Amino acid sequence: MATAEKYVGGGVPRKEDPKLITGQGQFLEGLTLPGMLHAALLRSPHGSARITSVDVSAAAAAEGVVAAYSGADLADEWAAGLPMAWPVTDDIRIPDHWPVAQDVARYVGDAVAVVVATSRNAALDAAELVEVDYDVLDAVVDVEAAVADGAPRVHESFDDNKSYTWALTNGEVDEAFAKADVVVKERYTQPRLIPNAMEPRAVVAQPVPSTGDFTVWSTTQIPHVAKVLFALTLGIPESQIRVIAPSDVGGGFGSKLNVYAEEALCIALARRLGKPVKWVAGRSEGYLATIHGRDQVQEIEIAATSDGDILGYRVHILAAMGAYLQLVAPGVPLLGAFLYCGCYGGEAYHFECTGVFTNTTPTDAYRGAGRPEATYAIERAIDSLAREVGVDPAEIRRRNFLPAGDMVQSPGGLAFDSADYEPALDRALELLDYDGFRSDQAERREGGGSRQIGVGFSSYVEICGLAPSQVLASLKYAAGGWDAATVRMLPTGKAEVVTGSSPHGQGHVTSWSQIAADALGIPYEDVTVLHGDTHVAPHGMNTYGSRSLAVAGVAVHNACDRVVDKARGLAAHLLEVAPEDLEYEAGTFSVKGVPDRTKSMPELAFAAWTAHSLPEDSEPGLEASCVYDPPNFTFPFGTHVAVVEVDTETGAVDLVRYIAVDDCGPVINPVIVDGQVHGGVAQGIAAALYEEATYAEDGTLETSSMVNYLVPSAAEFPSFETDRTVTPSTSNPMGVKGIGEAGTIGSAPAVINAIVDALSHLGVTDVPMPASPERVWRAIQSAQGGEA
Amino acid sequence: MKRISVTVNGVRHEADVEPRTLLVHFIREQLELTGTNVGCDTSSCGACTILMNGQSAKSCTVLAVQADGAEVTTVEGLASNGDWHPVQKAFHEQHGLQCGFCTPGMMMAAVGYLDENPSPTEDEVRLALEGNLCRCTGYHNIVKAVLAAADDMGS
Repeated sequence: MATAEKYVGGGVPRKEDPKLITGQGQFLEGLTLPGMLHAALLRSPHGSARITSVDVSAAAAAEGVVAAYSGADLADEWAAGLPMAWPVTDDIRIPDHWPVAQDVARYVGDAVAVVVATSRNAALDAAELVEVDYDVLDAVVDVEAAVADGAPRVHESFDDNKSYTWALTNGEVDEAFAKADVVVKERYTQPRLIPNAMEPRAVVAQPVPSTGDFTVWSTTQIPHVAKVLFALTLGIPESQIRVIAPSDVGGGFGSKLNVYAEEALCIALARRLGKPVKWVAGRSEGYLATIHGRDQVQEIEIAATSDGDILGYRVHILAAMGAYLQLVAPGVPLLGAFLYCGCYGGEAYHFECTGVFTNTTPTDAYRGAGRPEATYAIERAIDSLAREVGVDPAEIRRRNFLPAGDMVQSPGGLAFDSADYEPALDRALELLDYDGFRSDQAERREGGGSRQIGVGFSSYVEICGLAPSQVLASLKYAAGGWDAATVRMLPTGKAEVVTGSSPHGQGHVTSWSQIAADALGIPYEDVTVLHGDTHVAPHGMNTYGSRSLAVAGVAVHNACDRVVDKARGLAAHLLEVAPEDLEYEAGTFSVKGVPDRTKSMPELAFAAWTAHSLPEDSEPGLEASCVYDPPNFTFPFGTHVAVVEVDTETGAVDLVRYIAVDDCGPVINPVIVDGQVHGGVAQGIAAALYEEATYAEDGTLETSSMVNYLVPSAAEFPSFETDRTVTPSTSNPMGVKGIGEAGTIGSAPAVINAIVDALSHLGVTDVPMPASPERVWRAIQSAQGGEA
Repeated sequence: MKRISVTVNGVRHEADVEPRTLLVHFIREQLELTGTNVGCDTSSCGACTILMNGQSAKSCTVLAVQADGAEVTTVEGLASNGDWHPVQKAFHEQHGLQCGFCTPGMMMAAVGYLDENPSPTEDEVRLALEGNLCRCTGYHNIVKAVLAAADDMGS
């Protein structure tokens, strides 16, 4: 198909913006329905406690209250427990997970009762009147403590706190280690993180009692997946559920990639009471009731020659699942499993991960999901190897890069498309002025002052697309990897694009409009993108894992091709020539050699609608659909560089420069891509320097609000320097790769490596995340043999 | 209930409010101006920032009764006669928003700040926006937008 790329590749200002900057955003909290009731939950204040009685009578009698229920009262609402869709092994232990706990509350925040009232305040006030008697049990919140002998069990029905152990071995691992000159062994902790999408979660369920139909609005990334799972959880025929992710969802980062207790609960309450029921999370409530991310302990060993050539890798992980298994939690470490060898070669690799229950808020996919953890481990450990063998950190990466090429086999087990890692490293070093930096650094060190500078590198490769379906099947993922699009020319020459992905800030409406406008040769303004409503866009696999462009965007592209194919037949018919005698460019078919005989896409759209004269085998209308299931993942990569200044007296770290050179293939909208990198990088930097959710031993979440969980502000960041290399993926016809998570995947190790580099002359080799001034100071003291 | 009189976006409203009603809830629920978002419960995030008597304020830290007699501007009142405020234009042109949830508060904080300091440096903008959290943009383009708006307003 000939396409004049007028919009693709350009930084077209977003279509999403006008309503959002004028206060007309349609976020779910603003939705009010006639007769709507409000739900509030009472949550367990204990990390682990047997519920001996729940008395809702005082709450039920309170002003404005319509109903109040315990978990036992609602037990017959559930056709199944809350879903878990990634049973990674045959023998995985999957605990029952009810929207409201029925016998034991297993984390602070586990719901124990729900109150429904005519206003949110009445419901919240009355929830305080529910009386619960608890028999408090010992809790375990730390992932290593949870696997120790004699640890309190999160689930009594299991012998211990292990949910599963998943392992992968490629090559002769022991052999690789036996012949190594050097083995570095490192242990890293991935702090527990709270995703903090700015919009708190909310749900509204509206019943039609006479038909049994339900409409469910939810601040979700996954309306289509949720529809299936609501049906299974509630025993409602799928055909009677319509799920709507509002046209504006305020961020997700994985935290809205789930099926939550409150969603199931609002549907159940709406069914029971025959009225719409709404629930909106307070921020602090969300800290308890919305998934957390990370929380892993990693051990990584690298075997290498004395020159620093890597021979093999061994990785052991304990991954906290929290108290229950949320939607894809067990699979999160597996997304990293294939990346612990990074973009490097070697002969052999062993990976083993144990998923562990703890009395904490369940974990699940948070931006990057498994891949930031893996990248952190390999990018920190390769710096250790560089120190061990005395090779420059940039050079050791270069030395070990997989060769450039397509479908390059990684020792991790996958073959990477579009591999070409050196140019990104080179460009990053150039932007940095590496030699200049090292001489500045030497000068500072000679000066001996307390403010020392360091540089850290992170050369990452990552897996995105979350497709194809067959590979997902081999990993026991219980959903497909495809996505869907329908492209429809309207009689007036405008186009509708119906997409199965469900944006929440990524700008799909803009990017999909760019793709369709170019392919159909119509103005960008004439494309409308419809999404997020299962009645409007019936097919979709939704938005996570940096898959939207590489799967759903390609579906849009392919559907446009099919529209053009159909239009060609109609144009040929109307122009009375053979289809192959037509040329197509920028929305116009012209007869070869007779350029003034033309039919434009709007003319054809109108002709297809009136259907007055169609080719014999053709039906009225001009639309086409595509369900795209890619043949492979895509593998974006890049090199990130952090420059820090560290105060060796106070441990304070100032991030001075941040350079990101990413390769996500051809770019639809460079402004949007840069924005994704900025936001992703900021979340990785935040993890490296600021954020950590902590629990007291009894299961109390110590970082219980935005006051004591440090989400950084503009004042904590520098401006970012971004650039790109462009190596097209061979996995899809557009050559595109994902970019939503790359920034988060690449950034944390660059920052910590920079801190370690700044302090390397003091003997510091490790600083744990988040690198608070205290931790940095202690690392210095410890390296200097002082008190730490 | 207490009777208050507040001028919001140039329109005077007389209303009865419960003494415990926060200004943000009064704005969202009683005046049905839902552009001002609520992103936290600890006055940390700034999503609810408005202008009160010309100064930016987190409307979750103000009781509606405290706004009695005040002039309030919300994001809905930022454009005039259909023309976007330079800060709105700059957020659009510089891609200063992604999900858009923090945006109304972020813009109101910026408008309030540029009124105090019409030609700030990048570092000053970063410090001035410390009370407003964004999780999508890494603030990079927000800061660019505020600086661009300052240029635009100064020219």
